[in-house]
Amino acid sequence: MLDYILKRILQLIPALLLVSVASFSIIYFAPGDPAETLLTGPDGAVNPKSVEEFRIKMGLDKPLHIQYLIWLNNVLHGDLGYSYRTEKPVFDHITTSFGATFKLAVVSLIISLIISIPLGIISAIKHNSALDISCMVGASLGVSMPNFWLGLLLMLLFGIYLDWLPVAGYGTSGDLEHIILPALTLGTGSAAVTARLMRSSMLEVLGQDYILTARAKGVPEYMVIGKHALKNALIPFVTMVGLNFGYLLNGSVVVETIFGWPGIGRLIVDSINMRDYIMVQGCMVFVALLFVTVNLVVDISYRYLDPRIRYETT
Amino acid sequence: MKQHKNQFMDIARRLNESRPATLGAIIILLLCLMAVFAPQLSPNNPNTACLDDRLISPFTVSEYPLGTDHLGRCVLSRLLYGARISLMVGIIVVGISGAIGITLGIVSGYYGGVIDAVIMRFVDATLSFPSIFLAVTIAGLLGRGLPSVIIALIVVDWTAYARISRGSVLSLKEKEFVESARSLGASDRYIMIRHILPNIIGPVIVIGTLGMAYVILSAASLSFLGFGPQPPTPEWGAMLNAGRMYMRTEPHLTIIPGLAIMVMVLAFNLLGDGLRDILDPRKTVIE
Amino acid sequence: MSLLEIIDLKTHFPTPNGLVKAVDTIDMKVEKKETFGLIGETGCGKSVLGHSIMRLIQSEIVMDGRIIYKGKNLLEKSEAEMRNIRGEEIAMILQNPTTSLNPVLKVGEQIAEAIRLHQHLNRKDAKQKAIEMLDAVRIPSSSQRSDEYPHEFSGGMKQRVMIAMGLACDPALIIADEPTKGLDVTIKIQIVELMKEITAPKAMLLITHDLGVAAEMCDRIALMYAGELVEYASVIEMFGNPLHPYTRGFLDSLPVKGLVPIPGMSPSLIDLPVGCRFHPRCNHVMEICRQKHPEMTEVKDGHFVRCFHASS
Repeated sequence: MLDYILKRILQLIPALLLVSVASFSIIYFAPGDPAETLLTGPDGAVNPKSVEEFRIKMGLDKPLHIQYLIWLNNVLHGDLGYSYRTEKPVFDHITTSFGATFKLAVVSLIISLIISIPLGIISAIKHNSALDISCMVGASLGVSMPNFWLGLLLMLLFGIYLDWLPVAGYGTSGDLEHIILPALTLGTGSAAVTARLMRSSMLEVLGQDYILTARAKGVPEYMVIGKHALKNALIPFVTMVGLNFGYLLNGSVVVETIFGWPGIGRLIVDSINMRDYIMVQGCMVFVALLFVTVNLVVDISYRYLDPRIRYETT
Repeated sequence: MKQHKNQFMDIARRLNESRPATLGAIIILLLCLMAVFAPQLSPNNPNTACLDDRLISPFTVSEYPLGTDHLGRCVLSRLLYGARISLMVGIIVVGISGAIGITLGIVSGYYGGVIDAVIMRFVDATLSFPSIFLAVTIAGLLGRGLPSVIIALIVVDWTAYARISRGSVLSLKEKEFVESARSLGASDRYIMIRHILPNIIGPVIVIGTLGMAYVILSAASLSFLGFGPQPPTPEWGAMLNAGRMYMRTEPHLTIIPGLAIMVMVLAFNLLGDGLRDILDPRKTVIE
Repeated sequence: MSLLEIIDLKTHFPTPNGLVKAVDTIDMKVEKKETFGLIGETGCGKSVLGHSIMRLIQSEIVMDGRIIYKGKNLLEKSEAEMRNIRGEEIAMILQNPTTSLNPVLKVGEQIAEAIRLHQHLNRKDAKQKAIEMLDAVRIPSSSQRSDEYPHEFSGGMKQRVMIAMGLACDPALIIADEPTKGLDVTIKIQIVELMKEITAPKAMLLITHDLGVAAEMCDRIALMYAGELVEYASVIEMFGNPLHPYTRGFLDSLPVKGLVPIPGMSPSLIDLPVGCRFHPRCNHVMEICRQKHPEMTEVKDGHFVRCFHASS
């Protein structure tokens, strides 16, 4: 088990190096010289001297590979540079924004799991019934629905027509009123994905021989489902949460933008629009590291939870 | 060849038995027809702004069946031409990322060793980023417009094809017919093209179909955020974004394009799921 | 009165391709303390028969006839009543121990569960009894092993666990479905010995395709073909004086007899031949065999056969 973890981490290192090179090069693919872009006045005039000072200040005059190494060194020490726009540390912006995204993600995840797990299980038990079919239809729709559309529709319904909820914003640091619509948008979308997984996992388990054994022993049906089946069907639970996380992170880009939620999704979109490429770069590094870590943890937990895999020597 | 034809008929027949898959296929067909015959079907020019006719509600005026947007352009016409864009983006992205991915995947699996390791590290690196973040960054860096969206999505999407192709190759490599082909003197390239490629078609078609759904949805998202084609191009995601401001009074500008996106994505998802049920259980599913 | 009497049993599966007549009119009796062997090739319906007796089949089926256990018809009982019977009165040792044991539950727990359900012992006592069962099936270090998971057991050990699970509540009738399938010869011998000893005071319906095992363990044997019984008799009669051409062919296909295969293939259970179901493959076929379906007739004392040729 331990050597598997080490092996995985080692495998990741070359990929992470590529990730760092890719992130670093964001600045260099950016259209225009960042210094010029930032320092161009409203009349289109730009002072070459201040541009040059800025470039030296930001370290843009050194050769590329040196810049990369300096950058990498900084990143490993937690220094992601300073925003072109606000001149405050990128890292601080990111941590604040991520805090908001995290809140949203947690609530969305809870909503998602509350909907999807019971529905997935019941659909499997009542295979091919009306309930099963309508759940599957709902899930297909949910997976195909653009999340920005759903968000806007919810906004329309609850924010405008019914006027129950505020349409956008963070409120007093993410109070319930403001979090509920974006969380519902993200949550129902990811519920659609999870419900299907839960259902197929449960169906597969219910078809196994050991379920027949349990019935042959005279075990009552509720125990067959609750004890024999569920324990097996929930093994991919951790994977499901991991998948949800990926979905929620991706979804945050659009949903936060619509609802004005000050999370990392909105941050990266705004930064791109405002050509704050240092911020973009910082976001990408952060988000990549986060994503990779979560996936690794999910993978390891999955192997730990399944007793068959836990004891495998490979 | 005859065997391929029989297989094709068999697949078509089994597809017919799956209601969702058939529904998906029919919808796709209709959407394609809509896209191809957009000029004939549209009542108006999709880009003509008529400021006297701004913000007309749908189903009220016969000249504009689905109403008009904030610049007086016909929503229905824009919808029809928008179908062209969505389908085109889907086909181009899936086509190119598929070609790249399959090639790299087969090469990676066939030769193994260093080549495999290097290619797989690129796959891992690409997958280290959440896909939308990566797409948004690339599209943003390349500037606004459709080509940026296409390139961004190719970069995000190719890995799926690479992985599945590599997996197929790994399982096929050991099989006898490869050995016998080699012993008859076939070159590597010949084996890869004539023997391995045909066996990959199944899973690739499944992933490609589902990939269409994913690409169309992502392209719409990118356009919605402003990274895609610029006005007056009638892209559905962009239309939705433009209609946002008028949501309170003219919700149809928000509802209709979104509905169109959902229907198109749903159709590809249904077809893809149906194909997966038919094609995958028969072939070995590889990690 | 026989412990188990099956009268006219039919189990049919409606499928898009037609009605699969897996069990088509079976009549048989199992007496107390007797081991009754049900032999047949794969796909002849013998496992379905076992599952039918326990009413374990969940998919859509059509069942007809009577299954009389201790005087009562099982087909008339409610699901709740059946649950009481399963495990306690009639226990099934299912095929394939590797997939029939729950991978996430400890072995001891899987045995103790049945004990708690039927004998209403508390957790501690049930666990103790489970360990005793593991002893009975000769698994060493039983108290330690009862806390382990199925994948930590070898194939033969898992089969013993299945036997322990089946016998835990002291049932009167055991249905053993292919208990030696897939086991090495040496392990097979051990399992057969174990089963003979441990099931001596009980009635057992042994379902198998392995004639050697059947010869060792059974008092009487029935041969099943295409959903029905074609011959049954005592073990001695069956092996010494096989009457049905299929029986003879079956015995001839044994390695010791020269591995002579029976020509042709077993019929589809949807599209059964008219007349005698074996006639397309039979080298004693007569005109009547092609047209009329033979009934089971007692040719000698206790020796029954379903064949026009044999009963003439």
